Amino acid sequence: MAKPILVLAEQLRGGISDITYEMLGAGRAVAQALGVPLEAVLLGSRASQLASSLGAADKVFVADNPELDLAAPETVAELVKGLIEKTGAGIVLVGCTNVSLGIGSILAARSQMPLVNFCRAIKVDGGALICTSQLFGGKILSDVKLADGRGIIGVYPGAFPVEQGRTDRTPPIEAIEVPVQPAKIKFKQYIEPETGDVDITKQNVLVAVGRGIQTQDNVQLAEELAQALGGAVCASRPVIDQGWLPLTRQVGKSGMTVKPRVYLAFGISGAPEHWEGMQNSQCIIAINTDPKAPIFDGAHYGAVTDAVELLPILTEKVKTRKG
Amino acid sequence: MNILVILKMVPDTVEELNVSADGKSLDAEFLRFKLNDPDEHALEQALILKEKCGAKVTVIALDAPEVDDVLYTALAKGADRAVKIPVSQAGLGTKATAKVLSDFFASGGGTVTPDTLVLAGSYAIDDLEGELAPMLAVHLGLPYLGVVSSVAASDHGLVVQKEFAGGLRGEFEVELPAVLGIQSAEKPPRYVPVAKVRAVMKSAKIEEVDIQSPADAVCLDVQRSYKPEAAGRAEIFEGSPEEVADKIVDALAKSGVI
Repeated sequence: MAKPILVLAEQLRGGISDITYEMLGAGRAVAQALGVPLEAVLLGSRASQLASSLGAADKVFVADNPELDLAAPETVAELVKGLIEKTGAGIVLVGCTNVSLGIGSILAARSQMPLVNFCRAIKVDGGALICTSQLFGGKILSDVKLADGRGIIGVYPGAFPVEQGRTDRTPPIEAIEVPVQPAKIKFKQYIEPETGDVDITKQNVLVAVGRGIQTQDNVQLAEELAQALGGAVCASRPVIDQGWLPLTRQVGKSGMTVKPRVYLAFGISGAPEHWEGMQNSQCIIAINTDPKAPIFDGAHYGAVTDAVELLPILTEKVKTRKG
Repeated sequence: MNILVILKMVPDTVEELNVSADGKSLDAEFLRFKLNDPDEHALEQALILKEKCGAKVTVIALDAPEVDDVLYTALAKGADRAVKIPVSQAGLGTKATAKVLSDFFASGGGTVTPDTLVLAGSYAIDDLEGELAPMLAVHLGLPYLGVVSSVAASDHGLVVQKEFAGGLRGEFEVELPAVLGIQSAEKPPRYVPVAKVRAVMKSAKIEEVDIQSPADAVCLDVQRSYKPEAAGRAEIFEGSPEEVADKIVDALAKSGVI
């Protein structure tokens, strides 16, 4: 029997996450090339109803149980391991998201299946899979071969089109029994994001600062440019972690996803976690001293220069132009 | 609490990274190593817990260039014990690293008591085979939660916050002993003056625990590694800062925002 491909679908607060459709689209292409079925598994409250949108899969296993909402990674890994044994699945796709982080690693350690993390592309080569992973903050790509079509693939969000995993078709659904054991990790409650002074998701222009801004005082230089442009200042993780700007200004994986008309990135290298949050900006202008910074690979305009030196000059010129 | 913090050295991506002659691994010649960013936050979170509720903090690292400085700095910041495992971190995959660390625990170098908390960074930039903290948790038979950005002691163990997306977080109860992957500490990592690190170098010692190197450094079949296509989409503005600023203003005008 052909070994199916299994997608670990992801839901958060009753909504299916985009990564699920990205994985279904990517998984469908691989399944077609290998001539195997594509299956998915969805856990948690209302899983049976939510599974109806996963028609890109040939079959969806559901464990409709509120106790599985944000279940501990080891609980989910054990459940997926059971499904692999039941269905004979060879390839398992898991999202490299904050929600699913750790599940693939635990599964790999417990099942002796290899895990290829941070994957952005999958090619079929005979019966083998070649996975392209993005490493070292986006500076190096590695092609990894899963020889016998067996392994766990950590799929990076934003790498595959969401549309290819969406369909109007309703998939066959099979409920699975899950003995829920008393967990040592229990979800208690959501903590809502603080409402800040500025909603960075609603700005036309964002002036973003990263590690290259060097000091807290220099953030003011970005603030002045943002004021001149009628926009707001936001930042990548290192600046937020330093406490130089509040959490509400964070762009990226754990922070906000923004789509301004213009995104000016000062001293931001463009690591995948940041790129994930701003890649759909209409115009990206990147300033970095490192000509090899990954941000230049995706930006529309760039300049290799010191952000701190450029900022006040640019602010003056913007003011002059605006009159 | 008995807190063990796993510190991992990773290539510094500020330096140029090159692929070596084998076409698969990083060229080690000009590689500089630094502490993995989230690991620095894991150490900070351990020190915050020590200050708040009392704990013995042990930092553990495999051998790598600059690692002694990192371990002495951790002691200067307030860690109680530093251990170096003389197995080279360079080129070692996550699975092999987790195996070395679990051997360290098995050898009695680190004991899992009912009040043990193992902290590591949530992820590292070279985690091709998976993340270290969850793999170590499997070896140790302990529960694991990652992307954690706040840890507090409670009557039953710990109350931790995990990040999702868009600023949303979740609060979880975690029973000890446990392994947590730290994304960021509650406060920025503390600064410690170089003079204090030098003083610690004279007074304190890094313990060495002898553990065998794993048979296989990497479990994956890496066919080739390469830099992303340099072509890029960015049109690069050349010239002095004045000239660059003029061109950016033109681009802003073209986008209709000024």
